[in-house]
Amino acid sequence: MSLNRREFLGRSAALTTASLLPYAAYAADTIKLGSVLDTSGIFDAYGKPMDQAMRLALKQINDTGGLLDRQVELMAYDTQSDMALYSQYAQQLTRQDQVDVVHGGILSASREAIRQTMRKSNTLYFYNVQYEGGVCDRNIFVTGVTPAQQVAVLVPYAMKKSGPKVHILAADYNYGQITARWIKKFVEDNGGEVVGTDFFPLDVSDFGSTITKIQQTAPDLVVAPLVGGAHLSFFRQWAAAGMKDRIPLASTTMGVGNEHKVLTPEEGNGIMVAYNYSQELDTEANRVFKDKWQAEYGDTTAIHELAVSTYQGILLWAEGVRQAGSVEHDAVVEALETGISIDGPAGKVTLDPQTHHATLDVHIMEFEDQGMTVIETLQQIAPVDTQAVCNLQENPDDNQQYEIQI
Amino acid sequence: MDLSFVILVEVLYAVASLVLISAGLAVVFGMMKVINLAHGEFMMMGGYATITAANLGINVFVAMLVIAPLVVGLIGLVVERLVIRHLYGRLVDTMLATWGLSLMFIGLATMIFGNTTTGISTPITGFTVGDYQINGYNFFIIVVSVVLVLCMLAVLKGTRAGLIARGTMQRSDMAAALGYSPDRIYMATFFCGSALSGLAGAVLAPLVGLVPTSGGAYIAKAFITVIAGGPSLIAGLVSSATSFGLVSQIFTFTISPVIGEVVLLVAAVIVLRLMPQGITGRFFRGKL
Amino acid sequence: MRGTGGRDVLITLVVAALLIWIMPTMIATYTLTVLVIYGMLGLSLGLIWGFGGILCFGQAAFFGLGAYTYAIAAINIGESTVPMILAVLVPALFAAILGAIMFYGRLMDVYLGVITLVVTLILFKFVNTTAGPQYVIGKARIGGYNGIPGFQTLNVPGDPGAYIWGDPFYYVCAVALVIVFLLVTWLLRSSFGRIAVGIRENEVRMALLGYDVAARKTVLFTIGAAIAGLSGALFANWSEIVTPSLFSLSQSAEIIIWCIVGGLGTRLGPILGAAGLAYLKFMLGQQSMIDNTLITGLILVLFVLFLPRGLVPAVATLWGRIVVGTRRRTQPRTMRRTRHG
Repeated sequence: MSLNRREFLGRSAALTTASLLPYAAYAADTIKLGSVLDTSGIFDAYGKPMDQAMRLALKQINDTGGLLDRQVELMAYDTQSDMALYSQYAQQLTRQDQVDVVHGGILSASREAIRQTMRKSNTLYFYNVQYEGGVCDRNIFVTGVTPAQQVAVLVPYAMKKSGPKVHILAADYNYGQITARWIKKFVEDNGGEVVGTDFFPLDVSDFGSTITKIQQTAPDLVVAPLVGGAHLSFFRQWAAAGMKDRIPLASTTMGVGNEHKVLTPEEGNGIMVAYNYSQELDTEANRVFKDKWQAEYGDTTAIHELAVSTYQGILLWAEGVRQAGSVEHDAVVEALETGISIDGPAGKVTLDPQTHHATLDVHIMEFEDQGMTVIETLQQIAPVDTQAVCNLQENPDDNQQYEIQI
Repeated sequence: MDLSFVILVEVLYAVASLVLISAGLAVVFGMMKVINLAHGEFMMMGGYATITAANLGINVFVAMLVIAPLVVGLIGLVVERLVIRHLYGRLVDTMLATWGLSLMFIGLATMIFGNTTTGISTPITGFTVGDYQINGYNFFIIVVSVVLVLCMLAVLKGTRAGLIARGTMQRSDMAAALGYSPDRIYMATFFCGSALSGLAGAVLAPLVGLVPTSGGAYIAKAFITVIAGGPSLIAGLVSSATSFGLVSQIFTFTISPVIGEVVLLVAAVIVLRLMPQGITGRFFRGKL
Repeated sequence: MRGTGGRDVLITLVVAALLIWIMPTMIATYTLTVLVIYGMLGLSLGLIWGFGGILCFGQAAFFGLGAYTYAIAAINIGESTVPMILAVLVPALFAAILGAIMFYGRLMDVYLGVITLVVTLILFKFVNTTAGPQYVIGKARIGGYNGIPGFQTLNVPGDPGAYIWGDPFYYVCAVALVIVFLLVTWLLRSSFGRIAVGIRENEVRMALLGYDVAARKTVLFTIGAAIAGLSGALFANWSEIVTPSLFSLSQSAEIIIWCIVGGLGTRLGPILGAAGLAYLKFMLGQQSMIDNTLITGLILVLFVLFLPRGLVPAVATLWGRIVVGTRRRTQPRTMRRTRHG
């Protein structure tokens, strides 16, 4: 392998994980996995545990002999919660590092910033995050839950516990808007009524007037897919106003980044959520996973839904490579499209060939003393929302994110 | 009837919180003509000081009203000695330097506390008005800001230190000629301003989830309130906080919180276009 | 002045051609492209702040407006030539209106800062709330927080299938920067530029001399916005997605920092400051020892305290002292400030 001057300087500038000379020597023998995650900046509460989970999964693969008898080499870049850096590092990964697969992206905007780059350069891409659904592209695999998977189980449960009148408070961006529509659909399907819907940009932190407004509509239940640190204030102000014991709360996002550990038990207890993973999941697989995490990082409190999705995403990709017997793009995609599945910390995860999304277990949970107690487990929920619009088997050249009409 | 009372409380609360978040900036700008763009981060540090102290088992009110202002005041003192003191009279340069400081504080807080949201719960429970529940903490914030404004008035009008401060603010060369060192007065003023910022951050901390970048949410509002208020310290602060708070709450209730925020910003543009020297540049001239 | 002007153009062209040729051997062209784009953005503020004395806290507003205009127009038209032109015109028009409101209202320094800051905030908040399906311009969804992906990128004029991307796009951006740089140079040497500097130094005197200060400031402000809009459109082409963070205060802050670090009152300073700091940020992304915000902040504070005039003037002064001695021709451009004032 020869290095020309430009590549040489590019690489030495890039300070990749391996030092330069050994890198040139054994580069041909390793499988290269690229990663773009926000491990600093405002989204690092999501990104850091995801990065840890990925390194843990790779260490596990490499310690047990690697993939196809080759070691997997990680090329990780910190995108600093800056969308422009996503484009930049995606180019770096696909053109200079020429990785075999890229895992990463947190916000939908970051995924859309790099998805076309991955497609153009024929680089397999895994997006391991809960998101709004609808991405239809044969080059991408999504291992997180989508709104329909959560809402379909959460809303009937929450309505049964409270009543038919529902007020929705959602984050004002793509995810919140779409989730709000799914909530409305499932509320009406279950014989209920949406009495009010409010959207909040991600930087709104004062909910005083909103709490007054909710009292005017007098709902039986508030469903709040609110996102991020500023929106956490809602749950605090809600409790401070003494509303918590009057109207129950449900959410599809609260706790994804371990937000429930910030609320006190008095503020958090009883909030209903539905996810693929909870640290309190009482299964052998979860105990083993937490032990491994403990051994590697010394403390398991950071583990959250997205970290586990990432871990499962890496395992799914590794399984695909094993079945394909190569890292060649088309072979791996075909192997992944055989309905491949793994047993992860959160249970069985199967890739749906039609949509490249994941079929997985969804647990209905309630917050209890800063943990998530599992109330009910629903096995193998399919990504029905994306299935409604996307069929990559019939239409393999599709390349867009559908807005699901309900 | 119940509803109008609740709305009245919300409006008062909005005005009070604007006063609170702008007070520190107003003192520093009004007395020293220094715009401290790290003001939001001083508030953020006040919040972290409160949470840290509360987690160490100190009574939350002591943490908010005593510890946080002291800690942030001392940080402000260090900042003044190291940076601001070299830049007096250079308005734009102080803005840029404090902007740099704000980025540094964000970075430091991220390294120390991490980027995860933290917070403490509200120490006052909610109570009932007719069919409605109100956040009891709103009253606390209203009371704190009323007391704050009265204290500022009393100190500036009634004490010798206030007299000297006002004198320095108008003619620092005269004050110096009379034997008062402007350097020390500025230092003391900056300490007070920072302490006020710390207090505001501390008092608001139980209402919001705190992250190192929280300060950014306040700085623009505080900046606008203070500049629109104009040259008079207290009259400017109170008059602009009242007008902006009132206008934004009206739109918040009738349309949505986002429109409320936008209307506040639009109102600021209109005020500054019509009164380029701020509200007190035209009305209440010469008042405090 | 005429003869030296011609020689300066020649030197600029030769140096620029050399740089455009050599730089790709050191930095990947993809990264280099964005450095060039940021350089142009830095120049836009450097022009209005450094030479016109207008401290704009909202230069990012024009940058974002350019990018969004391009994206929305490109989706609707499907060919990149008209969108590129619109992306320059729309921010310029916006700036002309905003500038007229501010300068005819005789708003000065801090108040100017507040208005530009507030307008940027309004735009940022507005764009952030456009996630719903009701916010559509033609065929383009504004998309709120997630921004607009998937628009037609730059193509050879008249041929929508012939994309300009990768290395050719880098050359397009670099040449655009050189052209803008030469135009700015020409503008500053014209009587308009000299009067603008005069206004920066003493507004009242220039008004008393009979110049329409407000009109001239508005025009300069508009030109700055047009350049920022062009860089925004190029940025949209580079990143292939536009998001509201383009309008954010931190984006505005960065532009100001570039100018301070590079050197105000020079044409080269803001360009070098922008490219240098953006590259630093890119490099810092590959380490996790120290928080990057901390470093950016530290750089700004240190520069304001110890090198308030920025790198380029400082280096130029040093150079002038060491090498050229007393020859006045190579004195840095800021030195002329005294002569104009």
